[in-house]
Amino acid sequence: MACFLIPAAEAVITTVAAKIIKAKEEKDNGNLSLTDIKTDDTPKLTFSRKLGWLNKLLWGGSALLAFEHIWHGEVVPYFPFLTAVQEGETAAMLAEMGSAGVLMAVLITTVWLGMLGVSYIIEKRPDKASDTAEETQ
Amino acid sequence: MTLLITIFAAVICTVIWYKTAPKNEMKVGILCWMYWGASLMWFVDAIIEYAELGAEFFTPETADMINDSYLGLSVVALGLIIWLVILLVSDPKGVVRAALTNKK
Repeated sequence: MACFLIPAAEAVITTVAAKIIKAKEEKDNGNLSLTDIKTDDTPKLTFSRKLGWLNKLLWGGSALLAFEHIWHGEVVPYFPFLTAVQEGETAAMLAEMGSAGVLMAVLITTVWLGMLGVSYIIEKRPDKASDTAEETQ
Repeated sequence: MTLLITIFAAVICTVIWYKTAPKNEMKVGILCWMYWGASLMWFVDAIIEYAELGAEFFTPETADMINDSYLGLSVVALGLIIWLVILLVSDPKGVVRAALTNKK
């Protein structure tokens, strides 16, 4: 019905948050337009960039799901834009948004958290190239 | 079928992205994010549908399968169009800019 609106709403919030965090990071780094901060010769991704992954997942998924809803005639190009509202099925639509929509947002956020975990482990792991160089010495 | 087609598209794009990394001049990453995002969302839809239908979920009607496949391919096409627009607008290789400023 309109389940994609929940991930889309989350996308709006995370996009705004990413912009604020990026501005703060740039300010903290002396107005240098750094996308990556390097510490101890190990490239470290900024949090705003990692939040960008979630934005892309949410926006991309919402856009393609919006198309699916247009395909099925659940979203129309005229007011009130949602056929469920037009046909007096607002309660059913809200229930679906509360179940499927919230589950979608939760799953995508969980996958993103998993990605954060993996990137944290990779950043902590010593570089393979330097490892091989040390071993050959 | 829509979920399956989108997952295949996501996997293919991810393999292409990995093969061309770290250059990523073609911005294939955009396609990866889009298709994986949609795949995850349709996966939730599939779980809910499976909870309602049970084993019947795996034996759809032929007409439904054709319609879903048609939708899946259309979704992949839409993703490709979005990617192409972003690629041409951002123009990472400067090709569009060069073509527009070439006075010959």
